[in-house]
Amino acid sequence: MTHISTDDVHYLAQLSNLQLGDEEAVALQADLEAIVTYIEQLSELDTSSVEPTYQVTGLQNVYRSDVVDDYGVSHEALVALAPDTQSGQVKVPKVLS
Amino acid sequence: MTIADAKALSAVDAVTQAIARARQHESFNAILHIQEDRALERARAVDAGEITGVLAGVPFIAKDNFLTFDGPTTAASTFLKDFHAPLQATAIEKLEAEGAICIGKANLDAFAHGGSTENSAFGVTKNAVDQTKVAGGSSGGSAAAVALEIVPFALGTDTGGSIRQPASFNGVVGVKPTYGTVSRYGVVAMASSTDTIGVLTSNVADANTVMEIMAGKDSKDMTTLPDFWSTRSLDGPLKIGLVTESMTDDVDEGVRIAVSSYVESLRSKGHTVEDVSMSLLKYALAIYYVVVPAEISSNLSRYDGIRYGRRATAESLAEVYGKSRDEGFMAENKRRIMIGSYVLSSGFFDAYYLQAQKARTLLINEFNELFSQYDVLVMPTAPTPGFAIGENAHDPVKMYLADIMTVPASLAGLPALSVPAGVDEHGLPVGVQLIGKQCDDGLLMALAQQMEAA
Repeated sequence: MTHISTDDVHYLAQLSNLQLGDEEAVALQADLEAIVTYIEQLSELDTSSVEPTYQVTGLQNVYRSDVVDDYGVSHEALVALAPDTQSGQVKVPKVLS
Repeated sequence: MTIADAKALSAVDAVTQAIARARQHESFNAILHIQEDRALERARAVDAGEITGVLAGVPFIAKDNFLTFDGPTTAASTFLKDFHAPLQATAIEKLEAEGAICIGKANLDAFAHGGSTENSAFGVTKNAVDQTKVAGGSSGGSAAAVALEIVPFALGTDTGGSIRQPASFNGVVGVKPTYGTVSRYGVVAMASSTDTIGVLTSNVADANTVMEIMAGKDSKDMTTLPDFWSTRSLDGPLKIGLVTESMTDDVDEGVRIAVSSYVESLRSKGHTVEDVSMSLLKYALAIYYVVVPAEISSNLSRYDGIRYGRRATAESLAEVYGKSRDEGFMAENKRRIMIGSYVLSSGFFDAYYLQAQKARTLLINEFNELFSQYDVLVMPTAPTPGFAIGENAHDPVKMYLADIMTVPASLAGLPALSVPAGVDEHGLPVGVQLIGKQCDDGLLMALAQQMEAA
């Protein structure tokens, strides 16, 4: 059984851009440990000389013509979805404090 | 209720009655919002002869991870609670082009993460047959809506069983096509290497009608296959394999009895059914719960509170990301994202992600081997009928085990149907799963239809 520590949970939360509460981190620790223990059984399989599968239907290099296509959705309609905008731009809080 | 039942009415009557039934069955929480204005407007246009097509005036419901006009598309999450899509999914556009009318959006596990529709930010969907049981998931609302005869068809998405398993729990037909059959443009992404779009109906012929319309190459989804869908009929008896590892004592007895009886009916129709072994079946779930969280962690990074969706109040940009995601995701979303981050992180990548993708190759090889001898594989859709609400809610691994029969076809991109196979001793529906070779969807439909008529 793989041990997942509280530090591991916070590290994974950081990698995942999740700002977790302390109580939540404790609950997730037990869940993540159970899941990782379950998926660990894959180590029983001999996969030496086996190629990984990333795509199942064999499609490769699907191209489209090199023309601008807005898919029928305007710039304005997309910017309007943002929680905060100014002058047709998406507005965000300051990046550097 | 069937597509023919809806077409026997005027479009306005069909839509009005469907909306009335949706309201009458509110206690099941199958539907999140009803799109009455646009639906009635389109219905009046159908009755005036301005809109025609194969499905003219036929009402349907879409899982709330399909982008649609008139009302929000929430993916059953607080993150997208007030999200109003600026475009519609290709699947919706194609159905509308044939005159179908979307009357509302169905509940699901938030972002389609789950197998019970208990992970919705807007409450649990109840099983259409027994309100103390889950509807299954993640397309639980779609399955219940069809089983309750609110609409003749409902759209779902199936990444690891999310159409088939709720179809089984509610006693309806569920179609998960070959990977790449239907464009996913305009559908909330979960795991891009297994996400598919399909349909839930009360009978196989209706499912075929809807799939035929939705299928086809779309330049907006580069993974769509060249057009291949065709309605087929059976040329003669088939050679069918019954996966023995799916019929062990671990599987609910009522499920085994129903599947065995379906197998006997297959034999009585002249088909040959033989026991076959799939040694990798027991690893499929572990493969799935590495590959899929990995893809989820990547796909869901787009929900950061910047360009759309809910933004948390925060001072700095980093805090906007962290808090928006903490507040917008459900516990199961977080588990999957964090497991994805874990299996992809440096030091663990080879042991988990790469190993899983290699094991996936072994699983595909085993399917290929079986399909060199058999036309179709048969097994239960799920190891149990619908379980009690809350029963698995505190044990994520136990919840994942509900997907054990459905994930193999997903990992290999194969078409699979769940069709009703009767009920267990408590009256709960049981589904049987038919799995075919890639692009043999038409053969599965023809077989299921022959059996349905029996």
